[in-house]
Amino acid sequence: MKKLILSLVFLPLIAYANEAAIGVTAPIDATDYASLQRGARAFVNNCLNCHSANYMRYNRLKDIGLTEQQIKDNLLFAGEKVGDTMTVAMNPQDAKKWFGVAPPDLSVEVRARGADWVYAYMRGFYRDETTPTGWNNRVYDKVAMPHVLYELQGEQILNHETHQLELVKPGKLSPSEYNAFVGDLTNYMAFMAEPAKQQRKNIGLWALLFLGILLVLAIKLKKEYWKDIN
Amino acid sequence: MSDIKTDKSNALSFSAPTQIDQEKRNFLIAATVCTGAIGAAAVAVPFVGSMLPSERAKAAGAPVEVDISKIQPGGMLTAEWRGQPVWIINRTDAQTAELSKHNDQLSDPMCEVTSQQPAYCKNTGRGIKPNIGVVVGICTHLGCSPTAKLEAGGDMGDQWAGGFFCPCHGSKFDLAGRVFKGSPAPTNLVVPPHQYLTDTTLLIGVDTVEA
Amino acid sequence: MAQDKTTAKKVEATGLMGWIDARFPLTSNIKNHLTEYYAPKNFNFWYFFGSLAMLILVLQIATGIFLTMHYKPDAELAFASVEYIMRDVFGGNIIRYMHSTGASMFFVVVYLHMFRGVIYGSYKNPRELIWLFGVAIFLCLMGEAFFGYLLPWGQMSYWGAQVIVNLFATIPLIGPDISEWLRGDYLVSDATLNRFFAFHVIALPLVLLGLVAAHIIALHEVGSNNPDGVEIKQNKDKKTGIPLDGIPFHPYYTVKDLVGVVVFLIVFVVIICFAPEMGGYFLEANNFIPADSLKTPAHIAPVWYFTPYYSILRAVPPVMNSQFPGVAAMGLSVMIFALLPWLDKSPVKSIRYRGRLYKRWLAAFVVSFLVLGYLGTVPSNVWGHFGAWMGGADRATVIARIFTVVYFAFFILMPWYTAKDKTLPVPDRVVG
Repeated sequence: MKKLILSLVFLPLIAYANEAAIGVTAPIDATDYASLQRGARAFVNNCLNCHSANYMRYNRLKDIGLTEQQIKDNLLFAGEKVGDTMTVAMNPQDAKKWFGVAPPDLSVEVRARGADWVYAYMRGFYRDETTPTGWNNRVYDKVAMPHVLYELQGEQILNHETHQLELVKPGKLSPSEYNAFVGDLTNYMAFMAEPAKQQRKNIGLWALLFLGILLVLAIKLKKEYWKDIN
Repeated sequence: MSDIKTDKSNALSFSAPTQIDQEKRNFLIAATVCTGAIGAAAVAVPFVGSMLPSERAKAAGAPVEVDISKIQPGGMLTAEWRGQPVWIINRTDAQTAELSKHNDQLSDPMCEVTSQQPAYCKNTGRGIKPNIGVVVGICTHLGCSPTAKLEAGGDMGDQWAGGFFCPCHGSKFDLAGRVFKGSPAPTNLVVPPHQYLTDTTLLIGVDTVEA
Repeated sequence: MAQDKTTAKKVEATGLMGWIDARFPLTSNIKNHLTEYYAPKNFNFWYFFGSLAMLILVLQIATGIFLTMHYKPDAELAFASVEYIMRDVFGGNIIRYMHSTGASMFFVVVYLHMFRGVIYGSYKNPRELIWLFGVAIFLCLMGEAFFGYLLPWGQMSYWGAQVIVNLFATIPLIGPDISEWLRGDYLVSDATLNRFFAFHVIALPLVLLGLVAAHIIALHEVGSNNPDGVEIKQNKDKKTGIPLDGIPFHPYYTVKDLVGVVVFLIVFVVIICFAPEMGGYFLEANNFIPADSLKTPAHIAPVWYFTPYYSILRAVPPVMNSQFPGVAAMGLSVMIFALLPWLDKSPVKSIRYRGRLYKRWLAAFVVSFLVLGYLGTVPSNVWGHFGAWMGGADRATVIARIFTVVYFAFFILMPWYTAKDKTLPVPDRVVG
């Protein structure tokens, strides 16, 4: 009988892991502020030109150890205020004309796709002359987005026999430097997808500690009263 | 299955507690209730807090920078801070000199009501600079926005030295936002916290730059 | 007459309680429902889930009220307003996760509560009406969950609503008009979102509260069942009239339920604070993409608590080009619970005194329910295909069909196997 309840309660857990085979694990560490700050800078410099992060306020970056002044000096360019959200200057209509689709808002991209997917995506661009942009992606076939970081990564091609990506033209960064760069970026995007994640975990620990005490009291109280029952 | 045995007796299944038990019970109840109350208070924090101004509201209510170099002497500019009109009045020297002459007609000429202005504006001109007045343009009576009557005389009569007139209930204020006696408004207009970033740039909403 | 009655009213309490009692039956209500409501002394842990369901109901209403203060039921603003709650509102993320986790936990608890009712025969005479109110609560809850799931206006919200509203379109003749009327548009749109919001925040909660009150009033009228299925009111103390196997609900079961509540809260906090998505089962990844009426996600599955019925829907093949039989089977698979009191012909209530036949059927039903539930979360080709001998049919579909038959057979054959089953003698008094 107990097994039955357990299986009912944990049905969601044992059912199946719905992770698609991506093959890489993103280096996510919500406590590595240096990585998150590098990622924030990479995001603002590279992604924010076309993609917005409309739900993310710049001053939320205080949660990863930046001061308001640092945010102003390093991350704000077009006269935004620190309380503003990460909007994009590009008109969605224009964007649709240029790319065929409007670049999606990236605020919660990691929650929709998973951090590993984003990490693999940023590493997965390769040359493909059959697409309009001349680029294709290994985890997102026929993606409309061109490889904006190709100067850093260099150019890859897909070997159709081994199904592996091969670097044919090196970029400014070595492969390991590039992986670290997009790793930081992914780490930041994971933070941005749910800035209060660490906070809820901290609250959880306190709440569990408290409930542990309450449980002891409740059990003692129950036992005391149930002495009456014969 | 369980340690409860089939009870064939005709006694009730529960019996009254002994005196000693009752004391222990009272203690346990008190402990559980107190702990539970602490928990309930903690749970109330997000619920009560959720009704405070959100980050969006705070961002919208952030201090605003105003360039005051373009205001002509004797003119004014209306800025918006937290959705309220803030008047920045550039008084002429004559208008500033006039302020201290009609103190006897005012309810609170010396700005004794501390809630109506920051301490550094407790002066006749109610400002940091003698000629520049900064006031929230909301009547202290019932919240209408008074009309600027900056020129002396005119439809306000010969006695009028320039100021503000509330169309709702007729409150009158001078060019420093001080209320005239006999007005329904109880206090002077509010001076918001403000500071000069440069000689001509005013920051409304905070006193001093955050470290 | 009325005058006499008022003055004749006996008020025992003094002071404030006396003043209230003269005007409102406060003391007598406390007595009838708590201090002098005698519940069997042998409740086991299965009996926690009723009070836990009440707790979750209260939590859902409280968190729901606070979410409503910030949420915008507008197709242009809904998705953003949820993220606004998650980021900009103080404590908003905690409140939102409480609500989303509470929705799933409500079903966990209600399913366990229903299972308790089944194994101990709590639906049998004289408790048929309690059971019917319970089934109505369950239906209402499914409605709440369905309407509420559209509100975040993500891709799963949108396409889930699209699919379920279209189920109504399969009803012969009037179906398409019905689903158009439900949507208020030619596709799920702002109009749909707005009315679903109205249903979710006011219409169904009112019905739900009324049904819960009826459920409890009916329960306290006939008294609680217990794991032995013995009627404790048949053995009363001669002097006091108190059932010999009964104990006052308060304080004995209030302190016991408190333990259950704290254990539940521990599970609840672990999910809210450490795994609010619960691996994609409580909050689906695709729902973090705003609704897009032009692009369906590759794999859409309902939230886990609907998947057994969804599996049944998929398992039933179309008849004469109509999907209606599948929809009807799905509807029936939920509604059929209401017939249990009349399908069960066994002379005993509790599984403790039932024979092997019934236990086997029940086990088969539980397995069917779980397998169908699992299959509803995955694409129908999850287990690959059979060979040519089966015409290359999806293995999962064939298995879902088998378990669908078992699911219904549990109910339809119940009058036969419960009548035929050998039962054990039931004791006069509770055993434990």
